[in-house]
Amino acid sequence: MNKTDALIIGAGPTGLFTAHQLKLIGLNCEIVDNLDKIGGQCIELYPDKPIYDIPAVPECTGEELTNNLINQIKPFDIKFHLSERVDEVKKEGENWIVKTNNDKKFSTPNVIIAGGVGSFEPRKFPVKECEKFENNSLFYSIRDKKIFEGKTVSIFGGGDSALDWAVELSKNSKVNLIHRRDDFRGAQATVDKVNELAKEGKINLYTKYQMSSIKGDNQIKSIDIKNDNNEIKNIKTDYVLGFFGLIMQLGPIANWGLNIDKKTIEVDTEKFETNQKGIYAVGDICNYPGKLKLILSGFHEGALAARACFKLARPNEKYRFEFTTSSKTIKERLGVKGD
Amino acid sequence: MFSHTCPIFLHNYIILMAKITFITQDNKNHTVDVQNGLTVMEGAVQNDIPGIDADCGGGMACATCHVYVKDDWFDKLPAKEDGEEDMLDMAFEPKKNSRLSCQIIVSDDLDGLEVNIPSKQS
Repeated sequence: MNKTDALIIGAGPTGLFTAHQLKLIGLNCEIVDNLDKIGGQCIELYPDKPIYDIPAVPECTGEELTNNLINQIKPFDIKFHLSERVDEVKKEGENWIVKTNNDKKFSTPNVIIAGGVGSFEPRKFPVKECEKFENNSLFYSIRDKKIFEGKTVSIFGGGDSALDWAVELSKNSKVNLIHRRDDFRGAQATVDKVNELAKEGKINLYTKYQMSSIKGDNQIKSIDIKNDNNEIKNIKTDYVLGFFGLIMQLGPIANWGLNIDKKTIEVDTEKFETNQKGIYAVGDICNYPGKLKLILSGFHEGALAARACFKLARPNEKYRFEFTTSSKTIKERLGVKGD
Repeated sequence: MFSHTCPIFLHNYIILMAKITFITQDNKNHTVDVQNGLTVMEGAVQNDIPGIDADCGGGMACATCHVYVKDDWFDKLPAKEDGEEDMLDMAFEPKKNSRLSCQIIVSDDLDGLEVNIPSKQS
């Protein structure tokens, strides 16, 4: 059981700055995120896209913003729990017991949900029967590439993941690459490589095709693919891989007894507390009259939620407002020299 | 006069709208007035049209405001930018007439536009 003053769910910009604010006022905190990396939507959806509305930063990319925020919390020792999705939040006495999908447990008086639009999950095939084969002969990510050796693998998608795996698996497997159009959005060098391998007959390329049905009993035997003119081709295959990127799902948050409206959580604008005492929501996932889904709003919300956490984490102490420019205590926490 | 006190009658305040029809999976038509300059996605969200999620809020980063544009309208719309086609790769059951509704800006030319909403967004 990990004990902490506050647990932050979500390692996006809002979660990171909230951690900064908590540490600044002397509380400890840990951060959980379902992704395997820090940065949330900034890193997953738009790492290279410029952002122009961060105060005092005329222009920066999602990745730069993330790196700057990571730098800003460097003075503090903050524990990250990545690739962990929070599944359960339950009250036990004065504390919240938080459990992840990998059975990590936390006990804390304060839970701050900085979850964006929920957790990132792989986008799946529209074909219903695909579910039956999931994690058996149909995958949305690869853990062990050895299982594909000597087999036929049909890869769907047109981005870097699909192309990289097509190139990699073509070394030891028979690879079909199926994509809904002629253009690929992966790196040009990889696209060239795929075309080269296709010419050599090492990758079978099917463009302008999409999955229309999947056949098999316990294991996949074949798939039907269909083009825009409804022409169907049947392909024998042992495995199917789908790489359609990630999508945000509200997921288990919906079951924690919070007031949820249109995938957002209702909060007050003093503490950014939800209808449950000690559970706060900040950033894109929270909702209140006038809410703006801007990163800068998330920073403000996190700063206020952090102050609210103080009361529950240190019930016998009084929170005193201080400036970073003048407070000796804060400077000590930051590890910088006082005047 | 009345028109002096009630701004809606003053010419400067006339808001230009276009009628946009969203056809949901259950074949129900939802026709709404959307202000010129807004996107079709914003029109859907403001009018609580079911089936348009718009998770990223119009940033062309999520493909959850995906619509099928009626064939006779599809060619009348301004062409897609590269990024839109990339995102459509990730949409649920993309077709030839797929668009992201956050990339379609409402104007007088689009008055009467009809779009179908896919069975799911993800």
